[in-house]
Amino acid sequence: MRLRVRVDRDRCCGSGNCVLTAPEVFDQDDADGLVLLRFTAPPPEVGERVRRAADLCPAGAISLD
Amino acid sequence: MTPAALTDLPLWPPLNLTRDPLVPLDAGERRRFVGPVTRVRLPTDATAWLVTRHADVRQLLRHPGFSADLTRPGFPLLRRLAPGALGDRRGGFIRMDGAEHARLRRMLTAEFMIKNVRRIEPLIRQTVDRTLDDLRDAGPPADLVTTFALPLPSMVICHLLGVPYADHDFFQERSRTLIDRDAPPERVRRHVQELRDYLQRLVEAKVAAGDRTDDLLSRLARDRVDTGELAVDELVGMAVLLLIAGHETTANMIGLSTLLLLRHPARYAALRDDPGNADALVEELLRYLTIVRTGLPRLATEDVEIGGQLIRAGEGVIAVLSTANRDPAVFDRPEEFDPYRAAQQQLAFGFGVHQCIGQPLARAELRIALVELARRFPRLRVTATAGRLPTRHSSIVYGLGELPVTW
Repeated sequence: MRLRVRVDRDRCCGSGNCVLTAPEVFDQDDADGLVLLRFTAPPPEVGERVRRAADLCPAGAISLD
Repeated sequence: MTPAALTDLPLWPPLNLTRDPLVPLDAGERRRFVGPVTRVRLPTDATAWLVTRHADVRQLLRHPGFSADLTRPGFPLLRRLAPGALGDRRGGFIRMDGAEHARLRRMLTAEFMIKNVRRIEPLIRQTVDRTLDDLRDAGPPADLVTTFALPLPSMVICHLLGVPYADHDFFQERSRTLIDRDAPPERVRRHVQELRDYLQRLVEAKVAAGDRTDDLLSRLARDRVDTGELAVDELVGMAVLLLIAGHETTANMIGLSTLLLLRHPARYAALRDDPGNADALVEELLRYLTIVRTGLPRLATEDVEIGGQLIRAGEGVIAVLSTANRDPAVFDRPEEFDPYRAAQQQLAFGFGVHQCIGQPLARAELRIALVELARRFPRLRVTATAGRLPTRHSSIVYGLGELPVTW
């Protein structure tokens, strides 16, 4: 089953760790620098990096299920 | 706690003038401090819980039950401060919590996001070229800290903020005082005020100038002050924070990184021959050197269990980034410097909502500075022995006072 990603922009602190780790999946909003999701169900080959991005998020703004 | 019991507790941060600059804690200090959460005595004679393991530091810094507001009663200060020493605290969001912190930080997140830092890489490259020209013209021999490591990030942050670099002697000296734990309290109070007054005049000029200039402080003046979202005093506080954080940290990382790379000429040569590994190298330098070595102080605002220890509301804690970054549970052979390890879990920028907002800028400056240094100065070597290098041992941001080099 494909990984599903959710981001919480209220928690996001704009550190950019997710963009550094998995740029195919995460972006930062030009207006406020907060997280934007490119895919909610990213392809399996980036799964490991998406998990790492969730782990590295300092604000705990990325959740996976 | 009775005075006798207090003096039985180990002092944090430990005073050790003979430690190698590349080693945050020596073996004896590691035995004393590293492990489950322990009680320590601070230089103010207050006590605090010392949190040293990677998982515990992450949990602590991400937990909403800890405050970064050092004006709260019981906050674990690492130095004695004169009453009112920190003056007007408005805008200083590094010491705020919750919504108050988020409101100010979010006015800056777009400025420092990765794609914007990529846009300013040409400016960083130009500044690296220029400061390396200055290094070339100054020697050999020359002091790498005063000719390269400090001017580079100082010029970059001045350009981004719109602060005249010509005033660098003034603000560099005051920045150093603010983060020096040994600075006399009265001097801290005076230098904070002088720095605020200086930036207040600058910000007021930018507000009055309207939209004629395009730098970060002018943009905030136009987009946030003019619209009533931000007070001038808050913008001044943000400017103080960004100016200090923008050059002290990167400057000290460049100095220590150069020392580390030159101790093993093969590593320095690898940087020149394999610049594609520079991103990984920078992460490992951040992990290994961790320049905020005294740790991040926090005050518990509720009862929280960290690393098996119940920390009660009102108690102070110190999150030690340097030991978390050498935690064997996360990093294999943590005392070894390995430029090919994947060190992304390093916590040198902190963790939680206060994690360094300028980290994309810091990474880009470090990468470009070190790659270009190795390319242009392949025969660079340090002329002083390690034990003779002056260090910023009493600073909240550790680093070298100077690094004499020749080539």
